[in-house]
Amino acid sequence: MNSLNFLKSNKQNFYYFLYIGLFLFSISILDVAINAFLKINITSFLPGIFSIFLPLIIGFIGLNFIRTEYSGIKGLDIINKNINTNNFNAILTLLIIFAIIKATPPSLSWMIFDANISGDTKEACTGTGACWTYVKVWFRRFMYGMYPNDLHWRINLAFILVIALGFFGFFLRDNLKKYLALYYVIIYPIIAFLVIYYLISGGAFGLVWVETGAWGGLSLTFIVSFFCLIFCFPLGMILALGRRSNLPMIRYISIGYIEFWRGVPLITVLFMSSVMFPMFLPEDFFMDKLVRVIIAITLFEGAYCAEVIRGGLQALPRGQYDAAKSLGMGYWKMHIFVILPQALKLVIPGICNTFLALVKDTPLIFVVGLAELAGMLALAKTNPKWLGFAMEGYVFAAIIFWIICYAMSKYSYNLEAKYKTER
Amino acid sequence: MSEPIIKIENVNKWFGDFQVLKDINLDVSAKQKIVVCGPSGSGKSTLIRCINRLEEHQKGTIIVDGTELSENTKNIEQVRAEVGMVFQQFNLFPHLSILDNCTLAPIWVKKMPKKEAQELAMKQLEQVQIADQANKFPGQLSGGQQQRSAIARALCMQPKIMLFDEPTSALDPEMIKEVLDAMVNLAKGGMTMIVVTHEMGFAKEVADEVIFMDEGMIVEKAETKEFFANPKSDRTKLFLSQIL
Repeated sequence: MNSLNFLKSNKQNFYYFLYIGLFLFSISILDVAINAFLKINITSFLPGIFSIFLPLIIGFIGLNFIRTEYSGIKGLDIINKNINTNNFNAILTLLIIFAIIKATPPSLSWMIFDANISGDTKEACTGTGACWTYVKVWFRRFMYGMYPNDLHWRINLAFILVIALGFFGFFLRDNLKKYLALYYVIIYPIIAFLVIYYLISGGAFGLVWVETGAWGGLSLTFIVSFFCLIFCFPLGMILALGRRSNLPMIRYISIGYIEFWRGVPLITVLFMSSVMFPMFLPEDFFMDKLVRVIIAITLFEGAYCAEVIRGGLQALPRGQYDAAKSLGMGYWKMHIFVILPQALKLVIPGICNTFLALVKDTPLIFVVGLAELAGMLALAKTNPKWLGFAMEGYVFAAIIFWIICYAMSKYSYNLEAKYKTER
Repeated sequence: MSEPIIKIENVNKWFGDFQVLKDINLDVSAKQKIVVCGPSGSGKSTLIRCINRLEEHQKGTIIVDGTELSENTKNIEQVRAEVGMVFQQFNLFPHLSILDNCTLAPIWVKKMPKKEAQELAMKQLEQVQIADQANKFPGQLSGGQQQRSAIARALCMQPKIMLFDEPTSALDPEMIKEVLDAMVNLAKGGMTMIVVTHEMGFAKEVADEVIFMDEGMIVEKAETKEFFANPKSDRTKLFLSQIL
């Protein structure tokens, strides 16, 4: 490849090379773009193979021309440093740019230009693109599952209340701030549970009872994720501490617990929770399927959280323990004020990872008959009136999940920046 | 001489098969300043870590201010609240400001009202001359400032005894003096101190007694002047010839 370097710019003709290089580079991209968007092959007069590779060759020569050590021109230096460091990278860059250009028109036309959204039936979808009518018609089902249409306000109200209560902590007066952790760890989950139970389930205060089997769609995704997240974190914390305890009994129980739950697949845990678990319970004792599922996922994810948190505990230097002990702090004071605040800060990325996995694991509850967002899709795609629109549904679900998860990871970056400490 | 405040009798300690402390006997009376020196691995750090039970001893007894150190957690916490310790690596809590570092233990261990704890902390920080850094975080301070904060933090518990575990070994030469000055001041104030250090100048200035340890044993224990003027054992002579 070195033989290609004979055409190298020097100080005198630097700008000629730069302009020619940029021109060739643009030509190659333009050629691919015209080909992709207008379906015109301007190089069709050339023999087949050559016509395909021409943009690559032209673009490569162009990038080779503009490659210099350091030019002082900002944009050019960024290009050279990041995507044009050597011949191999130049080719990779071109191939990726071409692939993106090539893929854009078909996906755009499928999602937007050739798509249908009007009408209420399958017959309204006449275009070759996506049938968003399907998503539109099923939208309420995707959001609320089989929950009665005229009662959807109850779910909305419950969510608004829970979110508002979540923000409530930020506006506490300063002298109450020290109870913040207590509020979020104990009081908030209980209130949230009561709000969701009484508003969405009903059965009291003159609200009609809606059994959990009817709950579904995105709202169920939220409910399951929400409770699992807030319960699995304290559980993981306790297990992580237990695993490092000096008392053998507690340590072995913690290790046993963690290894057991990490060793079994979530799907079998869910099956157990709904099929086997009731067999062990006394006859008159009834626990709702949704509650059982939430408990099962919490226990399962708690083991993962525990190991992530343990990583943070182990990353702390021993001196921190020594210092806390030497000041007369006992086990709990040492952990609450010195160890955990530092360890939890370290594990924010890991915990975020676990939480994202948890949210994306919630579709698995479909195996026990609870249809959250992805579950509703699975039901909808088998509806005889709407056969053949699985693709639209899954794209829709993917977008929704992506938005949720991206928001969560953004939030975790924020937390990381907020609690960053210099050592 | 009055009843010793620290009484160490026949203390032995093993790390696995390796014996780090061999039949240590040591009495320290109140307001006494003792410097412990010796080559690395001689067990001097381990010895003072045993005094507030950051390490457990396996044989013998250690009595600190009338309380015997045993498995009893209550006793241990009580002793630790009375014995301050300063570490080689400072070990400040990086997530708390200097002031919070100093008030954390008084508030939560001694149940001191927050305001009182803050006043006390400011007084101690004044003593080590970093009151102006009180609201900074440990990561923003120099090594010398961090170590002085660590001394102030230990003093905020109003201990009867202070242990120093090579307090200047991790510092730049320029910063050693400011830390030693703070320690000299503390010594002049009448604190009972046990200091593991290689700073022989400091030993000559403040120590009442110097202990030389090697291979887990106390080789020589003498009054400061005596120790430096005519050391008895050959091992001590060798050590001193290398270090001075």
